[in-house]
Amino acid sequence: MSVPILKQGDVLIASIQSALTDRDLLQLKDELAEKVGRLRSRGVVIDVTALDVMDSFATRTIRSIAAATRLRGAETVVVGIQPEVAIALVELGLTLDGIATALDLEEGLDVLVEVMEARRRDR
Amino acid sequence: MCWSRSWRRAAVIDERRVPIDRDVDIVTARQLGRELAAEAGFTGSDLTLIATAISEVARNIVVYAERGEIRLGRTDRNGREGIEVVAADEGPGIPDIQQAMQDGFSTGRSLGLGLPGARRLMDEFEIVSEVGKGTVVTMRKWRP
Repeated sequence: MSVPILKQGDVLIASIQSALTDRDLLQLKDELAEKVGRLRSRGVVIDVTALDVMDSFATRTIRSIAAATRLRGAETVVVGIQPEVAIALVELGLTLDGIATALDLEEGLDVLVEVMEARRRDR
Repeated sequence: MCWSRSWRRAAVIDERRVPIDRDVDIVTARQLGRELAAEAGFTGSDLTLIATAISEVARNIVVYAERGEIRLGRTDRNGREGIEVVAADEGPGIPDIQQAMQDGFSTGRSLGLGLPGARRLMDEFEIVSEVGKGTVVTMRKWRP
């Protein structure tokens, strides 16, 4: 099940629709890294609302998506981590350190604007 | 070699088996585990903790042993209901279980949080492994 990636201005929105296999997650990473360059995007939102499980592999892949897209000039915000998933991540000892998160897509887009502006000022 | 915490046997009913040999089977196993846990009366974040633990041990099979199976079943002890998850493979085995149970130790392409993570998510956790023969991880969680 591949993840649809929508372009909205200079932001890409990856909206996960259902449980993903490891291969789907790796494909998402490749597609986002490629699209960020081709579409000259400045920001990426990954909506994980539909994920009922985020295990160590999923978390590591999302972290590496954020790192790879940053190297390609875009900032990433992860939105929609479910409360039960957040509890499980803490129990697993996993964090998303250094990655912006927000409750939902709307808030995520606001956060992204702030993060993108902060990065522009740093340059 | 055996590594365990608060270990005692328990009878299992309603056992279901999920063959594991590729990444999509990890999703199948954890979804079935969540359903079974819900039938056993688990609710809320416990369902997610159980599904996540199943995901970790199932991935260990795919990454290290290539194939194996997950056995899921309801269990009870002294009238307390729970769920038992067994991850069994005939892979290379784990030479040093103490080391494998440490956070951050990995010989594969992982964070090394799989087994210690799964242990934290469940109430009981046991590994029996023999080099060249395979590994059996048994985990249980009891209803609050």
